[in-house]
Amino acid sequence: MEITVRGLWTMIHGMGFGALYLMACSGALVELYRRYGSPLGPEIKEADERFMRIYLTSMAVLAWLAVLSGAYIIYPWYRAVPPPGTADLAAFPQRLLMSSPSTYSWHSIGMEWKEHVAWLVPISITMAAVVFSQYRRSLRVHPELRSAVFAFVWVSLLAAAIAGFFGAMLNKNAPVNGGPTISIVEGEQK
Amino acid sequence: MSAPASVATPQARLNPNGPGAAAVLAAGIGSLAVAVFAILADKVAAIKTLMNFYTPTGPLSGVTTCAILAWLAAWFILHRRWRTRQISSRSNTVALILLFLGLLLTFPPIADLF
Repeated sequence: MEITVRGLWTMIHGMGFGALYLMACSGALVELYRRYGSPLGPEIKEADERFMRIYLTSMAVLAWLAVLSGAYIIYPWYRAVPPPGTADLAAFPQRLLMSSPSTYSWHSIGMEWKEHVAWLVPISITMAAVVFSQYRRSLRVHPELRSAVFAFVWVSLLAAAIAGFFGAMLNKNAPVNGGPTISIVEGEQK
Repeated sequence: MSAPASVATPQARLNPNGPGAAAVLAAGIGSLAVAVFAILADKVAAIKTLMNFYTPTGPLSGVTTCAILAWLAAWFILHRRWRTRQISSRSNTVALILLFLGLLLTFPPIADLF
């Protein structure tokens, strides 16, 4: 069982940061609505607020790690230009997708949207974490502010889902692979 | 339904919504900035070249760096102006419009209309 360094980084970016963000975001929305959705909601303890502050801050860190690893580690491998005359485009995912009409749109729509829309996620969730840390339970008595913050968290979930979907489909059609191989488990030959 | 409002007013006065409104509006500006810089880099060759901050990543490096700087600058300026003030909810509405515009304008078929 082996994995290449590029494959490992892609997995860390997509599953480690991206998918974890998606799961954390749905949990955050439930908790935010349950505790802060109404001025007459359940009592909020100091420990719950501290937990929520750490939770949202961790989500912001995850979102930044996802976009930065995507843009500065994986994207350069994705958009690498093959030397003239290269017939096998397996190591050049963008060119591989663009070489066929059936896969071209995965790049022209999928990657072009993903590479930009993903940045709305850290912007939105960083704002939400800062506003929450500042207002905490008094967010309940600022209904317009609360609604706006919740809307940004919803859009961050949507943007992360778009980026995640296209990331998975791009990697299915033209995987980012290459570099040194890491052997995870040595198999027995039969 | 009047209870929440009567509970809300004194607390809201003690903790003005200005810093929160500044953060929300700045996030809307940052979101739109991502789309605007991406469109500019796509349509104008000179800007595309300018946005190439880090060659392996290409113009995406400049587009996102500029958008993040625009977001942080907007946040800093708005925070300084609004930190002790009670701000109209219109700023949140504007922020949400900017956010949705950002979301729409990053979608390539719409961005290509420009």
